[in-house]
Amino acid sequence: METVPKGEKAQDTLKVRVWRGDAAGGEFREYAVPARENQTVLDVVTQIQREQEPDLAYRFACRVGMCGSCAMEVNGRARWTCRTHVKRVAAPGEALEIRPLANLPVIRDLATDMAPFFDKWARAGGTFQPKDAPDGAVPAEFSVVPPESKQRREADAGIECIGCGVCYASCDIVAWNPDYLGPAAMNRAWTLVNDVRDGARRERLEAVSGDAGCHSCHSTQSCTERCPKNLDPSSAIAGLKRTLFWDSLWGRLR
Amino acid sequence: MSARAGRHMWVAQRVTAMFLGVAVLVHLVTIMVAVRGGLSATEILGRTQGATGWFAFYAAFALAAGLHGAIGLRNIAMEWLGWRGRGFDMAWLGIGVVTALFGIRAAWGLYAS
Repeated sequence: METVPKGEKAQDTLKVRVWRGDAAGGEFREYAVPARENQTVLDVVTQIQREQEPDLAYRFACRVGMCGSCAMEVNGRARWTCRTHVKRVAAPGEALEIRPLANLPVIRDLATDMAPFFDKWARAGGTFQPKDAPDGAVPAEFSVVPPESKQRREADAGIECIGCGVCYASCDIVAWNPDYLGPAAMNRAWTLVNDVRDGARRERLEAVSGDAGCHSCHSTQSCTERCPKNLDPSSAIAGLKRTLFWDSLWGRLR
Repeated sequence: MSARAGRHMWVAQRVTAMFLGVAVLVHLVTIMVAVRGGLSATEILGRTQGATGWFAFYAAFALAAGLHGAIGLRNIAMEWLGWRGRGFDMAWLGIGVVTALFGIRAAWGLYAS
């Protein structure tokens, strides 16, 4: 039996519309969940799965905004459900509408296939490629990277990304062009372009060029607006464009 | 289209934009200065015929406008209509060059007629 915390009325319920389906298609179904003074959207989804529909598929792990696996679209905006209180997105009496992240293939219900998202990290050169000194020794820059240097500050600005996919699901360009690398992959590329220890600057800049890369970004900044970590992928992409512009003009890239 | 070609087109569009920004100003200011007190076709031709500097300026202007416009329209068509691929790219290149040639022909007419 549901226990009702002190000070709450037993009959208060929250209406929730949850998208149910798979890659072939689906529809919204309505559920009623006990309304609490303090509850997150993830609490609501968990209540439905544990008490009403055991076959509801969704993904979560840490519940505290560290892992980035519980992102879903809540009332039209991609969010971390674990860090989104119901009262922040729905006024009293208003319904919640929860669907899987946009721009990604659905596996089932609220769980999306993140493979295209991470494949694009790889395509954008998201792996650190250490510089080799000519004699095979550890290069001098490895030992000293001043935290206050301009390049390190640029890298630090984007380094906290945990790959939740909120920016990717919020990006209009990804919706228009499925090949577009997306904000997270290019934010990652920009941190590595600014990493003085990295030796693959040129290859990475080539990888983020062109119609599928930074040059298609319109700087509408939905990524920056919605990033739960308050990162600024839009500025990172602008940095890539700037670097590629001057490198192309001065012939540093062919 | 390769990533390199895409990057070069982006750079070309930005460089032509910078040039056009200045060129449009020069064009408008020249009109305002030249028109003072009225202007006839004979007067215009008197100034433009044999003026190599003005011909070079307007030829560059037309070339920049043709390329800039075609690259921009290509981007819009890719996003809004899904017109992607080599065939469309060649068509846009053709449209850009033809637009530029019309402008250059007009400038040549004022210079050489």
